[in-house]
Amino acid sequence: MEALLIEATDDTPKVVLDPANNNFEFSGKSLPEDVTTFYGPVMDWLDQYAESPNDKTVVKFNLVYFNTASSKLILDILFKLEEIHDEGHDISVEWHYQEEDEDMEEAGEEYGELVEMPLVLKSYE
Amino acid sequence: MEESNDFGNSPFMEFVYSVHENMVKNDIMLIYEGEVNQDITKTFTSLTQKNLDEEESSLPIKKRVYHVMVECLQNIGKHSDNAESGKPEIPGTGIFMVSKSTDGYFVVTGNPVANSRIDEITEMIETVNQMDKDEIKAYYKKKILESRISDKGGAGLGFIDIVKKTGNKIDFHFRKINDIASFFIMKTYIN
Repeated sequence: MEALLIEATDDTPKVVLDPANNNFEFSGKSLPEDVTTFYGPVMDWLDQYAESPNDKTVVKFNLVYFNTASSKLILDILFKLEEIHDEGHDISVEWHYQEEDEDMEEAGEEYGELVEMPLVLKSYE
Repeated sequence: MEESNDFGNSPFMEFVYSVHENMVKNDIMLIYEGEVNQDITKTFTSLTQKNLDEEESSLPIKKRVYHVMVECLQNIGKHSDNAESGKPEIPGTGIFMVSKSTDGYFVVTGNPVANSRIDEITEMIETVNQMDKDEIKAYYKKKILESRISDKGGAGLGFIDIVKKTGNKIDFHFRKINDIASFFIMKTYIN
């Protein structure tokens, strides 16, 4: 399956969905004017990926900031990953946050409570 | 020469000076009146971020100011109504202000909204204002599950998120403009 690669901008995150290199990551900021347009291709890509995922998938979230509209879309992405997990595939999420950033840590904890799949919090300095 | 003297004594010059004086006195970091589109949002947030990097050491506070600014600016941009027609106006127009206090920051916005929306907005804010930390956490989780992205591109979580992140109540007031619209003023404190 072809990779989906989106470069970061001032208001949208970098997206790497690259099965060949087993690299799945969202990083940077997310405050687009129109979340549906930005995340639409991501959701479509995940729908396709769900049909034949890699043996093991680790999706990294390494976001420094996201607005409330993006928070809903992140939940939608996590639900999509949860579906893949429910199909019996080995898939997990790593939620990375800067050690001092207690709000980003809390956001990760809350997502962990909302979805039923492995979600690990990882802090960095 | 006469002309320039008149100009120098004009009420407008006095106005400029009083704006300056009031901004210094009230520690205003940023003030803007006009259309709020995505470019304005990006410019102001990165400008304030730069200023905060120099003077504020707490990362959570810096990020909360940033957070509240984005939500408030996107609120003006997406949820303003025209003061004459009362119909939605995108991008919206309003006033936006960030100021410093002894131990925190204020983010203040003002924009016209149709009078018919006053009750709905009041209820949304009062609901979250009366919740304690645990209640708001639970309410946020309930709402994010129920939320659908609206035609305007919002998730309907802005007020909840502001109170949840800042731990402070939102101060607000509707100042009547005419029979159709009021000026919705909202003040958030981050400390």
